[in-house]
Amino acid sequence: MTRLRDIAKLIRTKNAGPFQLTLDIMFPDARSYEHVVASGVISKPSMARFFGVDEEVVKLFNYAPGNAIKVTVPRLVTSGDPADTDLFGGQQFGPLVDLEVPPLP
Amino acid sequence: MTRQIRYLSPTGVLGVGFSEDHFRAALSSELAFIGCDAGSTDGGPANLGGNKPFFSRAAIKRDLRILVTGARSIKVPLLIGSCGGSGGNWNLHWVREIVQEIAREEALHFRCAIIESEPPRELLLRKYREGRIRPLSPAPTIDESVLRDADHIVAMMGAEAYVAALDGGADVVLAGRSTDAAIFAAIPVSRGFPPGLCWHAAKIMECGGAAVVTMEKPEGMICTITDEHFTLEPVSPVQQCSPLSVAAHALYETADPYRMLEPGGEMDLTDARYEAVNDREVRVYGSQFRPMPYTVKLEGASKIGYRAMVLGGVRDPVILEQFDAWFGGLKAHIAENVEAVYGPSIRGQYEIHYKIYGQNGVLGAREPQPHRIGNEIGLLMVTLAQTQEVAYAIAGQAAHMVLHHSVPQWQGLLSNLAFPIAPHFWNLGEAYSFVLNHVVELDDPLELHPIRYEEI
Repeated sequence: MTRLRDIAKLIRTKNAGPFQLTLDIMFPDARSYEHVVASGVISKPSMARFFGVDEEVVKLFNYAPGNAIKVTVPRLVTSGDPADTDLFGGQQFGPLVDLEVPPLP
Repeated sequence: MTRQIRYLSPTGVLGVGFSEDHFRAALSSELAFIGCDAGSTDGGPANLGGNKPFFSRAAIKRDLRILVTGARSIKVPLLIGSCGGSGGNWNLHWVREIVQEIAREEALHFRCAIIESEPPRELLLRKYREGRIRPLSPAPTIDESVLRDADHIVAMMGAEAYVAALDGGADVVLAGRSTDAAIFAAIPVSRGFPPGLCWHAAKIMECGGAAVVTMEKPEGMICTITDEHFTLEPVSPVQQCSPLSVAAHALYETADPYRMLEPGGEMDLTDARYEAVNDREVRVYGSQFRPMPYTVKLEGASKIGYRAMVLGGVRDPVILEQFDAWFGGLKAHIAENVEAVYGPSIRGQYEIHYKIYGQNGVLGAREPQPHRIGNEIGLLMVTLAQTQEVAYAIAGQAAHMVLHHSVPQWQGLLSNLAFPIAPHFWNLGEAYSFVLNHVVELDDPLELHPIRYEEI
């Protein structure tokens, strides 16, 4: 079984301002980037499910200049509010590390 | 020879540090200015709402001393944006005093511009009534009371404020809340270099040397802009930029890697091309900037009460194997106990936020495997109430209730929490919330950002 961690060189989340969270999945080369983009595992519906938001508010960018996929969603809780668990938004990607992806050909 | 402008960004955020040797080596008569971003909302709403700096005074003074003496030694302007982290007036003047102290200690004299960024509330209310304050997406719902009552509201200035301060003869510009890129785009744009290149370069330069292949510690970057392209060169001789590292920087903390809104327009990086000059310098072509009606972003923070906290660990396997059932009963028990002390009127007047580390402390309800509990759980309880006294009292009650909450399999008095710190509950002070994510339309880019000069 191939997992996202086996292909990506960095998976991270971070605040994009206090009201949005952004996920970057960065790949070491164009081949691995294009493979994961083509696989469709990172899609608006899958990311809506993962972040617990409606599909219409998910922004997804395939960013070829950086061999990266970016996903931006509204934060469920504003950064720094009492119910917030992650002030910088830095650990919200956790379970994606083990997301199953088709093996590189 | 093609005309060019060259400038230095010594570090990603003022106070985080950088190598003084590399900085001094980068000083040259070719530099047009030195800029440094000091801002972040990462510290949360209390930095703006409660007048708190993002970094310590000692850390800010260390970096500023090197920057002020360095900039004065080659007689170029020093631009510091979003002073004190939030850029609020308190934070700005906190930095201004540090600069004055450094000038005294170093026997330096210069003209300093101070640009405040907290607009008068009457002006904001008028804009709101005129429909000229618009929400970004997403944004909290607001009404006039938010604009009137927020503890602090800052407006993020654009490039024009810096240019005006320099036109006024400033050697050092201390700016309140500013877009990060405005600090670095101001001078190149005002000298007529292509706005797309100026803004894109600025967006990278505001992070200092972060767009390198491997950043082991914060260092700076030098940028050279011509009419055709801009070139980035790390200040540290051992660091390297690659086309990929520079392109990838457009991802960092941005919502969209292609388009970024700035006062007066939008960067469009769709056609940007990245090319290696050698093994450590990268050249960028093709970035665009599309002018738009002039807006600046508003940030605001309001006090929502006072907090206190308890932190403890559970290691009893008998509790851990039935944690949810045990803890569910406990929450109700705590609520009863609080009402027993304060009466039913306390209901709705306080909150307890439970973060259960080892179960779902990081992802909360999003955690896909909340039942995979290990050898121990860390329990953080944060109370919120309208006074510090009540928040503290409830934290103490909650600690006591968890400590002695019954476990069906055990008989006798229990002690369920390991407290790592004595005393075992503490005041956390005022709590704030971010209340604005809006833009305001301006008639004049300088409308909300008065400039004052001081001979230091």
